[in-house]
Amino acid sequence: MDQNLYRRRVFINRIGITLSMLAMAMGLFVLLWILSVLFINGFKALDFNMFFQSTPAPGTEGGGLANAIVGSLMLVGLSTLVSTPIGILAGVYLAEYGDTSWTAEITRFMTDIMLSAPSIVLGLFVYAILVAQVQHFSGWAGTIALSLIAIPVVLRTTENMLRLVPGSLREAAFALGAPRWKVATMVTLRAAKSGVVTGVLLALARISGETAPLLFTALNNQFFSLNMNGPMSNLPVVIFQFALSPYDNWVRLAWGGALLITLTVLVLNVLARVFFREKITS
Amino acid sequence: MNTSPADSGILADKHQLNFSKEQIMDPSTADSGMLDQRRLDIVRKQRFQDFIFHKLTLSFSLIVLVSLIGLLVSLAMVAWPTFNKFGIEFIWRVEWDIINEEFGAAIAIFGTLASATIAILIAMPLSFGIALFLTETCPTWLRRPLGTAIELLAAVPSIIYGMFGLFIFAPLFAQYGQPALQSTLGQMPLIGPLFGGAMNGIGILAAGLILAFMILPFIAAVMRDVFEIVPSILRESAYGVGCTTWEVVRHIVLPYTQQGVIGGVMLGLGRALGETMAVTFVIGNSQRISASLFSPGSSIASTLANEFGEAADFHLSTLFALGLLLFVITFVVLAFAKILIIRTERAKGLRT
Repeated sequence: MDQNLYRRRVFINRIGITLSMLAMAMGLFVLLWILSVLFINGFKALDFNMFFQSTPAPGTEGGGLANAIVGSLMLVGLSTLVSTPIGILAGVYLAEYGDTSWTAEITRFMTDIMLSAPSIVLGLFVYAILVAQVQHFSGWAGTIALSLIAIPVVLRTTENMLRLVPGSLREAAFALGAPRWKVATMVTLRAAKSGVVTGVLLALARISGETAPLLFTALNNQFFSLNMNGPMSNLPVVIFQFALSPYDNWVRLAWGGALLITLTVLVLNVLARVFFREKITS
Repeated sequence: MNTSPADSGILADKHQLNFSKEQIMDPSTADSGMLDQRRLDIVRKQRFQDFIFHKLTLSFSLIVLVSLIGLLVSLAMVAWPTFNKFGIEFIWRVEWDIINEEFGAAIAIFGTLASATIAILIAMPLSFGIALFLTETCPTWLRRPLGTAIELLAAVPSIIYGMFGLFIFAPLFAQYGQPALQSTLGQMPLIGPLFGGAMNGIGILAAGLILAFMILPFIAAVMRDVFEIVPSILRESAYGVGCTTWEVVRHIVLPYTQQGVIGGVMLGLGRALGETMAVTFVIGNSQRISASLFSPGSSIASTLANEFGEAADFHLSTLFALGLLLFVITFVVLAFAKILIIRTERAKGLRT
């Protein structure tokens, strides 16, 4: 009897553990599958022209992604410039004054919601307040949409990292008579520097692959353009349009662009991890 | 002397205040009036700078708040004509006729909920398995690399999942997956019709499967994190009285982290509901509801992505109404998830 009970428990345990290992294997398999497909198709598409020619017109041969790459760089770069100061300062507020004020409590909650809110709705929002008002799509609208996505990421990481700074450091500065703003900017923020950089990198990674909000804001531009006031070509939207097109060379370019984006995002993620590890070991 | 009620409770602030006052009052240091005046000036300047700093950081955090409220208001404003015409009925009208301007959200809501439900049903047990493996059975030296791999899976942009789904997964699914499902589950009573119809790879089921792999790493990461906060003394006591790993997880870890686990699942659900690109590529984009999960459908997000370019006037307004509905649905799910996770952490003393 006891022997049977024991056997049953071991059996159930074995099944559970085996299933969990299978789940893990499946997760890894999917990651490897997606990456290998992407690398095989992407590297086939990569060539010299991709970086120096603009997106081709329907039915024409060749072409590249130069305008999309430059557009993406501008959009993501500007969004980072906009969202980093806002995110960091708001994060400082939450960490320094956030324990007692109700605005901080609500902001924190809302930020967490915005972190996972559907990005397409943010695109609609920017369309309503900006694009519909000025009657044309623009790079600036895209920048705002991407910034709205990036700010919560920077904000939350900054706050969490500032909270990790030992209280003794802060108190020592206060004991020396340093005013609050100096303590925040020169002591805590500096101590949490690598963590904040991690947040910015993660935000960068997040917005580099974001497609949905750009459909309604920056849209796309078939030609090379540096004008932030007009429609702006960008990699994600080009991939979206080209992947669903009937032309072979467009689909090929879409794979190439997909590879570029994924590599960027993965490299940024790994970088963020390296920064964060330094922070923990130091 | 206090700048705002928010400051008053902070100990450090008072320290600083006392320190400055004592300095000024102390007769040995304040031997001349000039010096006294200078010190007062410095204190005043620093108070002013602190005031500015407080308001500046406050205003930046208010930007986040204001933009969220602005989001709701602006969506509601553009969507108003739709709700004005169809009323609240818009939500359950089964109609999407662009030419005659007869719109209803039911088709898109059905597609959104169906694909997200499929995704959750598949991703939940899988991510539980992954979290279990990472916290209990995985050798220590493998934990970090495997955890990183799962997190990288979460970082892959959703459009990549979409392309993968359309070009690689859908053809294979049509050739092997769907016939297999039809010959097994499709023969069963009740759920049989779900797996009938033409097999062309794309459709609501395919969208659900791709979504499952997209949200899997999010849920797994949250589950792993909450599993790790179980005090080791609980775990070790259970092992000590002779529990198997499975029993420890089932009877100690899971009950202890219940709310956090549910929160993680809801977080994944929130993602799945609002996901655009991965779904748009594989759901088939057809505005109808059919009994079979093999048949193409559309979600709120995919309808927006597909029709926004050609939409004008009233059609545009209905799209905004759809967007508003999507936001409300995900907001409720996410808020619920957030509260559950906070509660778990608070109960376990990680948060005060």
